[in-house]
Amino acid sequence: MAMAEEQVSPHTSHEKSSAERTWHGIILQTLKRNDVRLVPYVPDRVLTPLIKNLHADPFFTTFATAREEEAVGILSGAWMAGLRGAMLMQTSGFATLANVLASLAVPYQIPLIMFVSERGTLGEFNYGQALVCRTMRPVLDSLALEHHTITRLDELEFIVDRSIKQAVATQAPVALVLSPLLTGGKVFDK
Amino acid sequence: MARTARNTKVMNRFDVTSRLIAKLHNEEAVIGGIGNTNFDLWAAGHRPQNFYMLGSMGLAFPIALGVALAQPERRVFALEGDGSLLMHLGALSTIATLRPKNLTMVVFDNGIYQITGGQPTPAAKVADLVAIASASGITNSAWAADEEDFERLIEGSLSASQPTLIGVRIDDKPGVGTTRRDPVQIRERFMHGLGVRQPL
Repeated sequence: MAMAEEQVSPHTSHEKSSAERTWHGIILQTLKRNDVRLVPYVPDRVLTPLIKNLHADPFFTTFATAREEEAVGILSGAWMAGLRGAMLMQTSGFATLANVLASLAVPYQIPLIMFVSERGTLGEFNYGQALVCRTMRPVLDSLALEHHTITRLDELEFIVDRSIKQAVATQAPVALVLSPLLTGGKVFDK
Repeated sequence: MARTARNTKVMNRFDVTSRLIAKLHNEEAVIGGIGNTNFDLWAAGHRPQNFYMLGSMGLAFPIALGVALAQPERRVFALEGDGSLLMHLGALSTIATLRPKNLTMVVFDNGIYQITGGQPTPAAKVADLVAIASASGITNSAWAADEEDFERLIEGSLSASQPTLIGVRIDDKPGVGTTRRDPVQIRERFMHGLGVRQPL
């Protein structure tokens, strides 16, 4: 709670750089504070500033994988060998993960931290994205996975920080869905 | 391209796996892919540094990559079947880009999905997996001509400055043992074996 209050407090906001006040700045700093160093991703337009800043920061080892499942494998191996990580993807990428969640992350109790840039809602222009988005929460719920949809900047740090800590403490995956309400999403003219 | 593979001896997965394990004296990590690959790893004698994959077909190399990145001082081996590798050919390029020098990958190639009834893989008659690995950027890739050549390639990988991939043509025999399917215990004991945590 303290951290969430801090980042909205006018008394401390001047101490933070403007980058930390953006959604991607808050996520980057919260990953760092929780010693989450390994960040594989399959890119998304919305995630571009986060990916760019992760690459620019030597604290992180960040790279693209060919498929999202690959990133789950890499993070599982890294976790078991003592290195924390998190993966970035878009909604359609999450839809490729049901098998590896059910056969690796969940039964082996891996604290897999997933950030999903939400496509398919609030102004989607691609019908396929809109359809695949509807599979995401049912899959998460069918495996009883912890997940949160983040819509507000003032709740972001609290949710990310607490979710990382809970995933590690309970050895369970978590999915953090970044709503267009938070990120602006992707619109037709982009 | 496939001619290279045809010139190699047909070996046996359990025998080759046992030869690998016999060479390990420094708590090297070994990741066994789905099915017969980890069954033979199990049968070769359990080690605390062994990880047995019970699903997630094709992820043995990515899991091993994660271990190799997390513990760059530890040698990491990954064992995978040809059908499994076909599931994630893209992972070869990811590994080539990151270039962990402590990672040695072994592909057991019998051209069939042995465990599901021996159906041929789509690659069986047309593709050369070692050539694919090489073209994916794993330039230190080679077929083992026979068992002695396999051992020589393994020893060479220990001092390599880049990841190594070794193709092994194998027969159609099933795995010798059956891994105990206890994912939580497998993961926990692997973490103990890697020195990440201590038993309660």
